[in-house]
Amino acid sequence: MSIFNMKTLYLALLLVPAFSSSADTAPKVSAQQFVNLQQGDTVFAGFRRAHAKGICISGEFHANGQLAAYSKASLFKAGITPFTGRLSIAGSNPTAPDLKSPVRSMALSFASSRTEQWRLAMNTPPVMAVADPHSFYQQILAIKAGPAAIQQFFAEHPESKEFRAWAAQYQPTGSYAAETYHSINAFYLVNATGEQQAVRWAMRPTIAVTAGALDGNDALQTEIANRIAGGPVVFDWVFTLAEPADDENNPTKAWPDNRRQITAGQLVLTSTTAQLEGNCHAINFDPLVLPSGVAASRDPILRARSAAYAESYRRRAKEQLQGALEGSNND
Amino acid sequence: MISSDRFSLSMRLFHWGMAALVLSMLAAGLLMVTSLQPWQLTLLTIHKAFGVVAILLVTARLINRLRHKLPALPHDLADWQKTVAKVSHWLLYFLLFAMPVSGYLMQYFAGRPIDIFGLLRLPAALQVDIHLYALFRELHSLLALALIGMIALHVGAAMHHHFVRKDDVLKSML
Repeated sequence: MSIFNMKTLYLALLLVPAFSSSADTAPKVSAQQFVNLQQGDTVFAGFRRAHAKGICISGEFHANGQLAAYSKASLFKAGITPFTGRLSIAGSNPTAPDLKSPVRSMALSFASSRTEQWRLAMNTPPVMAVADPHSFYQQILAIKAGPAAIQQFFAEHPESKEFRAWAAQYQPTGSYAAETYHSINAFYLVNATGEQQAVRWAMRPTIAVTAGALDGNDALQTEIANRIAGGPVVFDWVFTLAEPADDENNPTKAWPDNRRQITAGQLVLTSTTAQLEGNCHAINFDPLVLPSGVAASRDPILRARSAAYAESYRRRAKEQLQGALEGSNND
Repeated sequence: MISSDRFSLSMRLFHWGMAALVLSMLAAGLLMVTSLQPWQLTLLTIHKAFGVVAILLVTARLINRLRHKLPALPHDLADWQKTVAKVSHWLLYFLLFAMPVSGYLMQYFAGRPIDIFGLLRLPAALQVDIHLYALFRELHSLLALALIGMIALHVGAAMHHHFVRKDDVLKSML
């Protein structure tokens, strides 16, 4: 009986991709292939395979309680929850120049209790160029192949229209403190009575900083470290609520501007630490580590993130352990 | 003292129930570490929850085994084969405990609480320890490979008893 049930379950799971929609036209890739492509030919032992260069941050989330009716997650009740986090740039090189990267990121880890933890990984673009991980793999291949290849890729992927429109108008600011960081993928908030609400969120800056004055390989890290040393940096944590017409499973489409928005509170950054000395270097910011009251949508990109993050984490964790055992300074 | 010629009903149920569970868990584990498909997260969640089921089952099974008399091995079996049979069975028990324990500890040190069918959550470290995560992550894989090898040996031995020696060892578990 038990054999039959389990086999039926796994067969059913295996058949799902065969019946899924037309988005799956790109050849299927594995988590290992994906991380191989991200890390490229040069492995920086012990570092993340993506967003390798970053700086640890810590601070507090000050919840105003306005989201508590939508989610039973404890950190939305009016009050203060501390976090550990990381500001980073896209790319696999931990010594790359800060200003060359097209994407900036904020990752957060809330360890509210031993049983309730939440990791968030947010980027400056509000949408993805493609809607599934296999096409995303092709996009990274095209980026690595150069401008002509990426132009051709975008031409073959009309779903990248909103991403291209965003990229065309995006002006990098002069500080990690002045960027807007988006969840990109949608999640569900689940309240105490079990009601679900699809949402996306963004960390919105409360200051503006122009790009002019920046200089040097570690320009963004130096800037944010100096800024936070002088006083806290604050973001508004704003949730956008989907309506029935909105597709929460398609990360290439933004929802209309008139959707209801709720500010859940303020994220207050109070300190920075170089990543090799800070707590953030050990954390896998897998956005599918979720507390009760927050659940994953069926967005195929979101659903691919656990396996890819886990493969990257496994590789660098093993390198760090080997480094520690050999007494070298890999970690 | 005369031994019965079959394993008790409870032992047979534990054996075949856990055989189904362990093979499913190994298949799920091998699939979910490579797949980027949307069901990966569902499979991952099920795998972790059933790991908790597995350690409860193997604990009950061990207690049950210690309370029952086993059918004797064939008298004409060579001493070294009897020794291999006993050692391999205890190695299988060790692996059935070590798999869920190492799986839980890798999650624990990575700071990932385990959700059990939405009913309760197992605790995780508040502060991630990447070295201990790496240790238990690699152990979990190595133990899985060892378990696959032991299952192959176990099935091979059962087939050898049944088809080559034509004794009652396999039948005693049916």
